[in-house]
Amino acid sequence: MSVFLAALRKDLLLQWRTRAQLVAVFVFGASALLLFSFAVGPNAGVLRQHAAGFLWLGLLLASTLALADSFESEMAQRALEGLLLLPADPRALYYAKAVANVLQLTLLGVALVPVMVVLYDAGTARVGALVVVVALGAAGLSAPGTLYAAMTAQARARNTLLPLLLFPLVVPALLAAVKATSLLILGDPMGQLRAWTLLLVAFDAVYWSLCGLLFERVVED
Amino acid sequence: MGQGKWPFVAVASGLALLAWGSSWGLAFAPREAYMGDVQRIMYVHVPTAWNAMLVLTFAFACAVVSLVRGGWKWDARLEAAVEAGVVLSALVCAQGSIWARPTWGVWWDWDPRLTTTAVLLFAFGGIMALRQFVDDPVKRATWSAVATVIAYVDVPLVYFSVRWWNSLHQMQSTPETVSRAFHWPLRINAFGVLFLLMGLVELRARTAFLRRETELEPPPSRAAAAVGVAS
Repeated sequence: MSVFLAALRKDLLLQWRTRAQLVAVFVFGASALLLFSFAVGPNAGVLRQHAAGFLWLGLLLASTLALADSFESEMAQRALEGLLLLPADPRALYYAKAVANVLQLTLLGVALVPVMVVLYDAGTARVGALVVVVALGAAGLSAPGTLYAAMTAQARARNTLLPLLLFPLVVPALLAAVKATSLLILGDPMGQLRAWTLLLVAFDAVYWSLCGLLFERVVED
Repeated sequence: MGQGKWPFVAVASGLALLAWGSSWGLAFAPREAYMGDVQRIMYVHVPTAWNAMLVLTFAFACAVVSLVRGGWKWDARLEAAVEAGVVLSALVCAQGSIWARPTWGVWWDWDPRLTTTAVLLFAFGGIMALRQFVDDPVKRATWSAVATVIAYVDVPLVYFSVRWWNSLHQMQSTPETVSRAFHWPLRINAFGVLFLLMGLVELRARTAFLRRETELEPPPSRAAAAVGVAS
């Protein structure tokens, strides 16, 4: 546990010191949201209908940049190898990195919500529920994303490889997050929000446990 | 890896069974009442879909054994099974589209099985790309096994999420849901594809294993080369 906390502190400190990067990723996500509206045209009703999908696509595209960066500094000067030789439990290192990534992506998602509200006129009164959905979706992207980032950081063509592996995998999380967000914005007459949130929780539970188990094999030499 | 001739026998008998089953299905089986001759694509579509699932399950088993016990044999089998799975998934999508156009009036539909197959195609295609981009054979073996486990676990999640999201596909065709007249060509083709698949996967695994051997063979050391020059 103390290893986990120390590693989490290190990861959060690392993210704080590279916060200019996070701002750049946010601008990337916001400009993606702007571009999606050009693809659909200036029809306010249609834009509002698709706002949730655009928000999550923007966050997904931005997340590949944020996730790919998260292992960059660990590979430079073989910092990760040093940590493993301490020896630090690889599982603690994984969960610390994944939790740090969830916090970063949640922050990014919450920051993109006002952009969505302004551009697509897609507000909701249930802000607390929206933050929970964004956090659960961010957790769904981070669990496999952190594991794959550890692999692709050491491979050739890393910028192509991470989205190639991650995108098909997160289809259920994306689907559930879009549906849940959409229900919050457009109203939920059938009471389906609970079911979609549960699906998101199930996805998170499966991948948070499985990726934690497999991470050790990915970083061992 | 083995050296036996059985894969060639399997490929030959698979091709023979496919020729028999398909000609039966195309020429002699009765015409379907509602869909007409278009329905005859079922005789290759359904066996391909069954075998795609089967070979991806085999890939998952190879990945688990490779992670638990290690060994280049299982890595070679994983490589072969993932490739065969990608090819079969692509075939299932293509055959499904050919059938869907005249029947449903659209090439594509967001039905759970169709969408899951497409997602699988991309997920396992990504694993093939991963294997291309990792030069260290040990890391390649471990990472592709890890990615295979992760992608396979996704299958039920994708299936059920898409099923909640949208549905239109007709019930799966199994010998129980179709008339007896259609049984035999379907069964013969299912075993035809299975034998063909077994033979090709084994041959592909042997190739992968030989490649790995040359990859891992240590280069001749300087000392040995120097001795060779001296003598």
